[in-house]
Amino acid sequence: MAGVQVANVSRSFGAHKALDDVSIDFADGGFYALLGPSGSGKTTLLRQIAGFDFPDSGRIAIGGESVERVPVEKRRIGMVFQNYALFPNMSVADNVAFGLSVRGEAKATIATEVQRALDLVQLGKLGGRKPHQLSGGQRQRVALARAIVTKPRVLLLDEPLGALDKALRVDMQIELKRIQREIGITTIFVTHDQEEALTMSDRIGILRDGRLVQEGPPEEIYDRPQSEFAATFLGDANIFRGDATGTGIKLPDGTTIAASTGASVPAGAKASCAVRPERIRISTGAGKPHPANANTLKGQVSKRIFAGNNSTYFVDRDGQTLKVIVQNTGAERLVEGQPVVLSWSPDSTVLIAA
Amino acid sequence: MADQLAIGSRSGLKPALPLLLPAYLWLTVAIFLPLSAMVFFSFMTDLPLAGKEWAFTLGNYAAFFSQSLYSTLLFASLRLGLEVTLWCVVIGYPAAYVLAKVLKGRSREAIFLLVILPFWSNGLVRIFSWAMVLREGGILDTALNAVLPFKINIDLMYSYPAVIIGLVHSYVPYMVLTCYLTLQAIDDSLIEAGRSLGASRRQVLRRVIIPLSMPGLIAGAALIFVPVVGSFMEPRILGGRTGTFYGTVIEDQLVAVFNWPLGAALSFILLAVVLIILALAAPVLRRAG
Ligand SMILES: Nc1ncnc2c1ncn2[C@@H]1O[C@H](COP(=O)(O)OP(=O)(O)OP(=O)(O)O)[C@@H](O)[C@H]1O
Ligand SMILES: [Mg+2]
Repeated sequence: MAGVQVANVSRSFGAHKALDDVSIDFADGGFYALLGPSGSGKTTLLRQIAGFDFPDSGRIAIGGESVERVPVEKRRIGMVFQNYALFPNMSVADNVAFGLSVRGEAKATIATEVQRALDLVQLGKLGGRKPHQLSGGQRQRVALARAIVTKPRVLLLDEPLGALDKALRVDMQIELKRIQREIGITTIFVTHDQEEALTMSDRIGILRDGRLVQEGPPEEIYDRPQSEFAATFLGDANIFRGDATGTGIKLPDGTTIAASTGASVPAGAKASCAVRPERIRISTGAGKPHPANANTLKGQVSKRIFAGNNSTYFVDRDGQTLKVIVQNTGAERLVEGQPVVLSWSPDSTVLIAA
Repeated sequence: MADQLAIGSRSGLKPALPLLLPAYLWLTVAIFLPLSAMVFFSFMTDLPLAGKEWAFTLGNYAAFFSQSLYSTLLFASLRLGLEVTLWCVVIGYPAAYVLAKVLKGRSREAIFLLVILPFWSNGLVRIFSWAMVLREGGILDTALNAVLPFKINIDLMYSYPAVIIGLVHSYVPYMVLTCYLTLQAIDDSLIEAGRSLGASRRQVLRRVIIPLSMPGLIAGAALIFVPVVGSFMEPRILGGRTGTFYGTVIEDQLVAVFNWPLGAALSFILLAVVLIILALAAPVLRRAG
């Protein structure tokens, strides 16, 4: 096992910077999610770590050793590809055995190791099948078994669950997490899916246009996004833009919003505030009074979407549409067109430097 | 599951029949009829043309077995087919690999064109240009002597190597094309997967790429081996006196001696032998693939 250090790595394709000065420390034994929109450089970063491609500048180390001159096959990594990349001419067992067999392990050792790996992914009985005789989820598990049977130092997964349907995806998430914990391997997991990143990982890195936007534990990124992009990319957020006041921001119409988390921005500079939809209370204004320090705004419900356990309200306010999520507690529901008061605590308001 | 699929495809045959009909008609007219005429000839004592007398006989086939010359030449031709096929693999497969996996964009198109070019040139012209290259005082001889500090004599003309060179040059594009197609279809991520599992480039080639491109190698080998065994143009022009092979004997019978029945019988014997070889090789090759 080993951690992975990526330091100031840049990689360009022609004039396009696919990776731009990216530095991340992947801790030994951790489960790390790389998140970002399409084309943000996630695969490119993974390929640098795997050794399929090489950075123009910067340094990559695995287990504290620079891998600059280490070819792929000597890096001792395990990789699960987006399309699984199972060898179609080999049986499931032979696919899993491949890594051990090229290493020249004894036949008997290979057989027991392969069986153990297949048992781990709960495919113990399917060793004789060919990849085309498997379902998508089973193929994915074979790819995983094949990647871990060689006891790699690092496991790289490039959107391995991308092709699966929702139910299977959740099953596989749980299974992947279980296996990762069981063997305690450093895992770097690329995904498009923010929910997957939030539920599975110890840390998340968000990439955008080849740059690392923010990096940290899921709770920290969700609760204290450092940019509008991070706030809206990982979860939903209402963004207010205005001028910093020292304790929050002042909107163009004069309303002030107090923020007690996030960056400190000198008064007068441009800044924005992010508020999660589920942190906002929505009411007709007639009920319980708001706490004295709460931020309040008046608006009008433009739309309500009922989703069973919660409802999403879209509230128009001064040309902006705000989103509010309310748990279904059986309380009276608001109707479209109704004037409402929104309120939320300064603790739930994150100040972001522009 | 597999049964259902099979049933599905069988029931799909009927509606396809009108679509297949033109192809079958064409096959009948263009291949089956002339071929059956030749089968017919091969059992005749003489051609029924010009009012000559003729009768049915097995003598044409018996001739093959009574004269050891024919079987000797057949073996020589089979060996020629094997050697040419091997050379085509040795030259064509790496070329196809480079085309499919190394080159990209413009340079790929350019090299592709170079590979296909022999296809587009007239066969006789191609062979005679080799003659100019290979003969003593020819292009190869002159060029080598201009570069090398010592005097060497290159006269490959009218020799077995010349025949091989000419045939390989004519047929290597088949190997390049069939292998290119199968190599192209191999996803690069399979190669990367192999490498990430600890295999060197060589091991990936041997265990992943070559097995997966077997269908292309087999198709190319079949496309080359069969016509080379019956070839006569290259052996005749480039081989001179050493260029007597089974194919040239058949050609002699048909063109020079006008013994069509014997020529037909000899070519059906060749067809039978080639079919037997392919049938024997098929299971072995399928397992390898
Ligand atoms: N070999 C290459 N040649 C040229 N451009 C490339 C190459 N590989 C990647 N790129 C470019 O680099 C950028 C980042 O690509 P990358 O594959 O890393 O994105 P990604 O974050 O994995 O996206 P996705 O989520 O769609 O898989 C893209 O703009 C892509 O077009
Ligand atoms: Mg990608």
